[in-house]
Amino acid sequence: MAVLDIKNLTVDFPGRKSVFVAVNDVSLSIEAGKILGVVGESGAGKSTVGNAVIGLLQEPGRIAAGEIDLNGVRIDALNDKSKRKLRGRRIGMIFQDPLTSLDPLQTVEAQLVETIRTHLPLSAKAARDRAVELIGAVGIANPHERIRQYPHQFSGGMRQRVVIALALCAEPELVIADEPTTALDVSIQAQILDLMKSLCTERNVAMLVITHDMGVIADITDHVAVMYQGNLVEYGATAQVLGRPQHAYTKSLISAVPRPDVRVDRFPSIDYIEKDRTPQRQIDIATHWLGKARAYDRAGGPLVSVRELDMQFETRASILPSRRRSFQAVRKVSFDIAEGETFGLVGESGSGKSTIARLITGLYQPSGGSITFAGTELTSLGKRRDILAMRRQMQMIFQDPYSSLNARMRVKDIVAEPIRFHRLASDRSEVRQIVEDLLDHVGLGAAAGRKFPHEFSVGQRQRISIARALATRPRFLICDEPTSALDVSIQAQILNLLKDLQAELGLTMLFISHDLAVVRQMCDRIGVMRNGELCEVAETDQLFEAPRHPYTSELLSLMPSMELLSRETPADP
Amino acid sequence: MILFAARRLFQALIVMLVVSFLAFTMFRFVGDPINQMVGIETSLEDRAALRESLGLNDPMPLQFARFVAGALRFDFGTSYQFRQPVADLFAKRIPATLELSLTSALFALVIGVPMGIHAGLKRESALSKLFMSLSLVGISLPTFFIGILLIFLFSVTLQWLPSFGRGDTVQIGSWWTTGFLTVSGLKALILPSITLGLYQMTLIMRLIRAEMMEVIRSDYIKFARARGLPDRIVHFRHALKNTLVPVVTITGLQLGSIVAFATITETVFQWPGMGLLFLHAVQNVDIPIMSAYLMLTALLFVTINFIVDLLYFLIDPRLRVGRP
Repeated sequence: MAVLDIKNLTVDFPGRKSVFVAVNDVSLSIEAGKILGVVGESGAGKSTVGNAVIGLLQEPGRIAAGEIDLNGVRIDALNDKSKRKLRGRRIGMIFQDPLTSLDPLQTVEAQLVETIRTHLPLSAKAARDRAVELIGAVGIANPHERIRQYPHQFSGGMRQRVVIALALCAEPELVIADEPTTALDVSIQAQILDLMKSLCTERNVAMLVITHDMGVIADITDHVAVMYQGNLVEYGATAQVLGRPQHAYTKSLISAVPRPDVRVDRFPSIDYIEKDRTPQRQIDIATHWLGKARAYDRAGGPLVSVRELDMQFETRASILPSRRRSFQAVRKVSFDIAEGETFGLVGESGSGKSTIARLITGLYQPSGGSITFAGTELTSLGKRRDILAMRRQMQMIFQDPYSSLNARMRVKDIVAEPIRFHRLASDRSEVRQIVEDLLDHVGLGAAAGRKFPHEFSVGQRQRISIARALATRPRFLICDEPTSALDVSIQAQILNLLKDLQAELGLTMLFISHDLAVVRQMCDRIGVMRNGELCEVAETDQLFEAPRHPYTSELLSLMPSMELLSRETPADP
Repeated sequence: MILFAARRLFQALIVMLVVSFLAFTMFRFVGDPINQMVGIETSLEDRAALRESLGLNDPMPLQFARFVAGALRFDFGTSYQFRQPVADLFAKRIPATLELSLTSALFALVIGVPMGIHAGLKRESALSKLFMSLSLVGISLPTFFIGILLIFLFSVTLQWLPSFGRGDTVQIGSWWTTGFLTVSGLKALILPSITLGLYQMTLIMRLIRAEMMEVIRSDYIKFARARGLPDRIVHFRHALKNTLVPVVTITGLQLGSIVAFATITETVFQWPGMGLLFLHAVQNVDIPIMSAYLMLTALLFVTINFIVDLLYFLIDPRLRVGRP
């Protein structure tokens, strides 16, 4: 019999004017010891399903229809007190961000013991023993000592283990994991997924995993449910759904997932989502303002050349040199980027990728080494005018399109600002014309200029960032995790846009990402970074087929396997 | 942590030294002390002799050193108007001010904290809205006006509580007098402490409410709920404790200002405390009292801030325990 049985669940959020239906007529079930994945893009209603099961729907959300059964007993209609008794006792929950899921002021022990004693009739001593045992079971060494520590003394992956231990405190029958590995590095993600899978089998727990990541789904789930805008579009065994998707949305979603194993020239666009999008006016970029003044003198050698680059951050300042502490973020890094090439930098968080981007653009001053751009040594430039001339030629696109756009400026001013600052256009009407063309070209339409950034979706905002970066007619574009905050379908569009722009304008790119699959699609050559050092630089195909450095092989082996996924691309309608 | 405490202590000493210099310069610049001390008929020779005997002809640094040395022994000289040692005058009045301040601080905390918690957790309830409106009154009405209003209502109209003074007091030890042990003393405390504490109460309430609303949205509170912990534990053990750092900071500073600036309330209620003494000193240009009051206030603030800094360590383990 199924542990969790959801029948025709509909969740809505009544508003002042209309009722928003977040989940529409969804039926799912999970057996003990099995993992069901719910996958979908943002706004698909997948988290709402989890919240409805555990009884923590945000106000004013409510279950409008359907029922939820836990081991044959209906739980959606219980009163608040009985629902609270289910939480933690029979249903455990794991959240996305382990850095914020634990109370920073209490020891791990205190949080475990209070949860155990809330649900089980144990003495303080017995509860403590059980806590130690749980911490050991989730793979934390030295449980007796570590349990006395505070959350900030654990790393991100270890904290997620503590979160899992907390969810398992009272031997629940069902565990709901909402994006359990999204905030983690790929190596930690692999460990946590392994742990979840083995706990699930050993303890015979049913698990509901909510994620946007097809890799996670392919890796650990037995069954998968694909959701789109509150509806369940496809549901079945994982191998079946991923290998032979039936529904058009599933097909396009799977085809948009970047593969580490194959390289495609363009991502198929998700027509299912975009069917009512009007095509934007395209401009002939070669004859346009954007294409002009691109006659940069060829340097002959590589466009960017980094030699023995060092960067230290002071972590403890002191008058006495012996008491100063510093952190070596970048250590003796050397690489070249040829004109027109896309160079990728991959590595886990804290490996120094973004620091290099900031060093090249001059946001940080390096502690040692040299950076040469088009034959000019950047660190030796003294005059502000010379520095500005260099900066105009390189532009950056940031990861978070929410915080990288000034919320109080209109889009047209955001895009026009670099043009005005560098005095690249002769008069106002020309600036306006250029901005409109740029917005058209990145697929937003000239009318977007009058709006403010908050009126746009994440993907559209990233397009604004790209338009702004293009506004100085740069020859070198630095993309720092440009698609990490985006859904797969939007990611595919943005990556296509970047590829097109590069082909049209002959841009040179430095592409920074933690996602190997994305890097494979985008880059000609790739550098692998670890702890501030560059381990390996190789041609993309060579790196993936025959990695030389052990760390590269390790990273590649940790990638979730995508072999299950269908290779079929949806036919163009 | 010991290093941190030592550093803070050192900073506190510097602050005190600067303040004592300011207090010292008052003597030199707010009129000639000799003129304040002697009558109009004192001869020039007598004045010169007095000047010499008080050491006013010595070089500045020497005089300052003497002043600091005296201050360390709580010797602030003799009051011009009362002809008594300043230290004795203060000793007689400190108990009155401290008792009033502590009672009003207690009142502010005991009423303000629960009100803030309630308003933060149940934002939409009628009671929360009432609290918010009341707090607006508390913040916008000036202290003296509230005092007068209370006197009019409870002393004049209803005649329940006394309108001035400390009531009967009991001597404890050699110099402490307390109003806590007599009925009239306790009754006399009620109106002034409400007057003095009302503003602090509304401030604490609004602060806790804002912090609570912030913390309650955080992931660890959601996770605590998802673990099925009872509301009592979620609200008090997890949420409230996480609001404490800013609350302790503000409460500490406010406690200092309650003691230091009880002047207005003490005037309205003719409360025989330091504030009233200070006010009379200002009217009569009694410099020794003014400078001693300045030093005392500074000492109070420095001490409270020092304690608040140490409390941070108690509350937040992230400051106490380093990363591995």
